Amino acid sequence: MTPDTLTGGFATPPTDSARAFRAILDALARPGTIRTVDGAEPPAPLSSAAGAVALTLLDGTTPVHLAGDHDTQDLRDWLTFHTGAPLVAAAEAAFAFGTWDALLPLDRFAIGTPEYPDRAATLVIEMPNLHPEGATLRGPGIKGSAYLSLPATAPFIANRSLFPLGFDAFLTCGNRIAGLPRSTIVRDA
Amino acid sequence: MYVAVKGGERAIDNAHAFLAEERRGDPAIAVLTVPQIREQLRLAVNRVMAEGSLYDPDLAALAIKQARGDLIEAVFLIRAYRTTLPRHGFSSPVETAQMHMTRRISATFKDAPGGQILGPTFDYTHRLLDFRLAADGDVPPAPTAPATQGPVPHITGFLNRDGLIETADRDDTPPPDLTREPIELPADRALRLQAITRGDEGFILSLAYSTQRGYGRTHAFVGELRIGMVEVEMDIPELGFAICIGEVELTECETVNQFKGSKTEPPQFTRGYGLTFGQTERKAIAMSLVDRALRWKELGEDFTGAPAQDEEFVLMHADNVQATGFLEHIKLPHYVDFQSELELIRKLRAEAAAASQKEAAE
Amino acid sequence: MTDQSYNFAYLDEQTKRMIRRAILKGIAVPGYQVPFASREMPMPYGWGTGGVQVTAACLTPEDRLKVIDQGADDTTNAVSIRKFFQRTAGVATTEATAEATLIQTRHRIPEHPLTEDQILVYQVPIPEPLRFLEPRETETRKMHSLEEYGLMHVKLYEDIARHGSIATSYAYPVKVEGRYVMDPSPIPKFDNPKLGDCPALQLFGAGREQRIYALPPHTQVVSLDFDDHPFQATKAPHDCDLCGASESYLDEVIVDDAGNRMFVCSDTDFCRSRREAGHAGRLTMQEAAE
Repeated sequence: MTPDTLTGGFATPPTDSARAFRAILDALARPGTIRTVDGAEPPAPLSSAAGAVALTLLDGTTPVHLAGDHDTQDLRDWLTFHTGAPLVAAAEAAFAFGTWDALLPLDRFAIGTPEYPDRAATLVIEMPNLHPEGATLRGPGIKGSAYLSLPATAPFIANRSLFPLGFDAFLTCGNRIAGLPRSTIVRDA
Repeated sequence: MYVAVKGGERAIDNAHAFLAEERRGDPAIAVLTVPQIREQLRLAVNRVMAEGSLYDPDLAALAIKQARGDLIEAVFLIRAYRTTLPRHGFSSPVETAQMHMTRRISATFKDAPGGQILGPTFDYTHRLLDFRLAADGDVPPAPTAPATQGPVPHITGFLNRDGLIETADRDDTPPPDLTREPIELPADRALRLQAITRGDEGFILSLAYSTQRGYGRTHAFVGELRIGMVEVEMDIPELGFAICIGEVELTECETVNQFKGSKTEPPQFTRGYGLTFGQTERKAIAMSLVDRALRWKELGEDFTGAPAQDEEFVLMHADNVQATGFLEHIKLPHYVDFQSELELIRKLRAEAAAASQKEAAE
Repeated sequence: MTDQSYNFAYLDEQTKRMIRRAILKGIAVPGYQVPFASREMPMPYGWGTGGVQVTAACLTPEDRLKVIDQGADDTTNAVSIRKFFQRTAGVATTEATAEATLIQTRHRIPEHPLTEDQILVYQVPIPEPLRFLEPRETETRKMHSLEEYGLMHVKLYEDIARHGSIATSYAYPVKVEGRYVMDPSPIPKFDNPKLGDCPALQLFGAGREQRIYALPPHTQVVSLDFDDHPFQATKAPHDCDLCGASESYLDEVIVDDAGNRMFVCSDTDFCRSRREAGHAGRLTMQEAAE
């Protein structure tokens, strides 16, 4: 445990997490929009937006998977101290954090069951950049169509074909976040 | 001119003030204290603790006072208080064999190691109003006997030795917590027992009674009923061992049920189990009958359609805080829905009248 | 002023996290009922505990909250819930639909069109649209998973056979994005067309039944019907006697012992703002003439 473990959480958890949640909620409810979310300062390589997702949504009941370079001792310690979330393999994870390449292959993650489609993983994909351009998005939350710089389209098209099963995703970059629920219909730009 | 027939903030405030005044009653009469309720209405306190799922006699007594003696309202107050309490940890399973018993009876054996203790029971009182209680009066002290030393084994254990009763192996799987996870059906026995122990006493009593009258009959005998204090222990990881954090009074009932065997099980006695906070033996006995009735599937018995066998029916309707809330919510205004029903009925009646007129004309 | 003896918006942080996760899954699968571990609230089950928990999980200190019951801001339960959040979250409140950022409602959708910047939280008594056809949760859950909604269509069609039209006037079932049949809570079917393609986020909370579900903005919502019996949103065939509105949902009020009636907007904010803008109905004009 390093001194950094104890810092970087929300300064005022009830109101900071409330504001963070509204940004996260808005991002997922309106795919293609990019929100900023502040207040978390996690150890690298976790972005502050992904850190805010962790602080807002994780606790002892949410198994977490750290993929690839995100699986560091510093980050493990930080998550454990601030959220109490157990660290697990991809298949058991309710939440997973990592870069796109590290999260692949995506079929490792839970997609829910026909009776409980909510029991699916949420992927937090750390992006080098994030823009409202690129792949075309349609579906719930979108008036007409929207655009988002996705790391790839085929896996999201495949995920949509499983609906109402499937994983849900957030894309994070610095303090910015976008949501991509399984309901979104993705097409190449 | 239209005046709002709707209540406002002032109406609510005034209603609360009126309620407080009614709660106090005639100011010429001494005010009832919380310790008086705790000591002298102890069975009411026990019921509120059992159904409120919170062991705190003082708070339960306060809730009874605040609720003007309405026990379901008191249970609700305790539940609403309990739900915001932080969880610091979990206790180890209590050892009821170590109970300091004030009452212990068995209907299946005339005597057993540890003996029968009648304890503070209404059982053999004649239900004649005691007018001496209407006057103040001190009670002469009751005779005492030395407490039994050491653990007193459960009576079903003796049957178990001979293989006459189903085995109940120790299972250390952490039970689900229905106050922290939504109920998922089918439920396991731990979840069912949890739902029944905090379920409404009247509902559980009636279900148990229905099994005795043939709706899912289970032929129950009270193998053992014991009431007393048990220690609650908690593992402290920093210490590396468990320490006693307090004592709670519990009622435990184990029924022995006749069982002729099924496709999967040989003929043997089977068990029903009840465990409740405080001296609440009607509830504990009823609980063990309903528990046994709900076990039809694992014992390979037939589902006869009896309400007490129907897990979803029992679990979804046992909670009196849920039931009261939903029942009483029909007092809330529904005039928007009612208006749309009015329009619909008018339309359907007009159509029906037009149709019959047309028929008459033809 | 916030009551310091409670956490912001009453619920503890762990409870809020659990509810927030359920809301997000509800958004991801529009119309699907997500189970959540509803807590005992300081108001009774059936009185909006689901809506209150969803609101508590969504509120920020910057929000401006509006609470309505039957369309009105001044009904007792609306007043009680609004006071609860004033006390525990210290949020600003309003009666004006256009000024609110979060609206908790029981049984109505406001007349004033909602916007991108708003969340509408519904209080839901029975979230399961199939419940009155099949009382068992184990069965209805299976029916949703198999998309087996024939029973619902049979029920609606039996209505038509018997009455000539569908005899459901509120809590009228809808199909969301062509997948889940959903109960829109006991709103009058007059409000059903506002559910679809709504710019605001709509969240539904059922406390006693432990379910949360959602309609993201601009979600496709279709009221169930048949080609030869299309869905019709109906209201009393009158204008509001106070503001003269012809397109708002009306309450029928008995005004004297002779049983005379008046019809007034159920949405009190809508009616007041129309009157303030100079609109008048039958009774307002009568009064002005006297």
